[in-house]
Amino acid sequence: MHQTPLHPAHREAGARLVDFAGWQMPLHYGSQLEEHHAVRRDAGMFDTSHMLPIDVEGAGAREFLRGALANDVARLKTPGKALYSCLLREDGGVLDDLIVTFLREDLFRVIVNAGTALKDLGWLEGLRAKRAPALKLRPRRDLAMIAVQGPNAREKTWQALPELRAASEPLGAFFGAQAGESFIARTGYTGEDGFELLVPVETAVESWKRLAAAGVKPCGLGARDTLRLEAGMNLYGQDMDETVTPLESGLAWTVVLGDARDFVGKAGLVARKCERELTGLVLLGRGGVLRAHQKVHAAAGEGEITSGGFSPTLEQSIALARLPAGTAPGSRVRVEVRAKRLEALVVKPPFVRHGKSLIAKPRSGAPS
Amino acid sequence: MKHPNDLKYTESHEWIRIEPDGTITVGITDHAQDALGDLVFIELPELGRKLAGAEACAVVESVKAASDVYAPVAGEVVAVNDAAVEAPGDLNKDPYATWLFRIKPAAGFDAGKLLDAAAYEKSVT
Repeated sequence: MHQTPLHPAHREAGARLVDFAGWQMPLHYGSQLEEHHAVRRDAGMFDTSHMLPIDVEGAGAREFLRGALANDVARLKTPGKALYSCLLREDGGVLDDLIVTFLREDLFRVIVNAGTALKDLGWLEGLRAKRAPALKLRPRRDLAMIAVQGPNAREKTWQALPELRAASEPLGAFFGAQAGESFIARTGYTGEDGFELLVPVETAVESWKRLAAAGVKPCGLGARDTLRLEAGMNLYGQDMDETVTPLESGLAWTVVLGDARDFVGKAGLVARKCERELTGLVLLGRGGVLRAHQKVHAAAGEGEITSGGFSPTLEQSIALARLPAGTAPGSRVRVEVRAKRLEALVVKPPFVRHGKSLIAKPRSGAPS
Repeated sequence: MKHPNDLKYTESHEWIRIEPDGTITVGITDHAQDALGDLVFIELPELGRKLAGAEACAVVESVKAASDVYAPVAGEVVAVNDAAVEAPGDLNKDPYATWLFRIKPAAGFDAGKLLDAAAYEKSVT
């Protein structure tokens, strides 16, 4: 079992540790709900060091990534700008989702999921050998990652780590900057403002403790999951995998199909029919909790919940579900929850942004 | 974790209090609430429902998972704690005050088959 550089700090804080993709990670430090609310209302932090940064180095890095990723890094015109993208198989199935950052014309950095890191690295390495043998791919296990998220995340980060302030204060959303040995980006996975920090492994615990001393609450994977679900963000391996395309995963906005650029998976995507789509559900009434793999009955046929749970912000159960295409927001479906079929409202994610519900409070039994 | 000596327990993590009137009160243990995490949903059996021993008759769901609660003994449901349904988080704060349901045991109920606190703690460590 792998441990991140922050593992000693988690142990010291009494974290409940779980196995996640081969890593021993904090599930929570006491109460997942309190951690969730801390991020929505104040500031919380997550150890995301299990994820893997991979530097793509050398002349032609941009062209290589334009051919490797479904989103187009030509959109990255200013150094420091980041982009969300899927990495696809030839048939359009999703190998992983990632963030790619333009650092220099000869240096781009992609950050991939923990459970898929070795697969991704092997896949990219295969492409590199064929298409751009002069490029180098460098996995960066020398960096630890801390995501600081919440309405007060930026202020508290600057209090804790004042040396990062000058570089990070001017950053707009989805921009990052080098600050000494660290890299700080205004990105996240919670639907709140904040930063993701890449810091040297040697100083990671020190940074974490300074953030905690400034009142940033340590948060585990449990809160991370409810926060990203409220924010309508997909979790790889759950809401999408190699058997589905980005178009079936609510990610059409991340795929540039309408121009001359070719990329791995483009032909597959164009050839495949898109008969399902990922959408949001809000449970009506209080009959239970929506969970992954529950069957959904819609007017146009059956579907399945891919991620579900209790939304602490809405105080209601919500889910992402893959349903027959054309199941419109506002329509109602029935979900098999144990022996019952519970009514749910189809909505367009996200459910929550910047601490506020984006879903009109649905009333059970109201006419549809 | 606390597992009071004046209660009985099951291996499926229910606690049982035998009341002076012969009914038994059922909840889930401190160990169970800790393992489940923050509770967000509780469903209780209907009043008057006749339960077989070890029958799944209630559901507790946390932020993490759903878990069945089993009837520790055969009998009839004579009371349910609606306050727990309204505020599932209370069960995390005090699993012994936040009872779930009360059963009038069927004839032949033998409290000696239930675990005492020491035996329960041994079963969860």
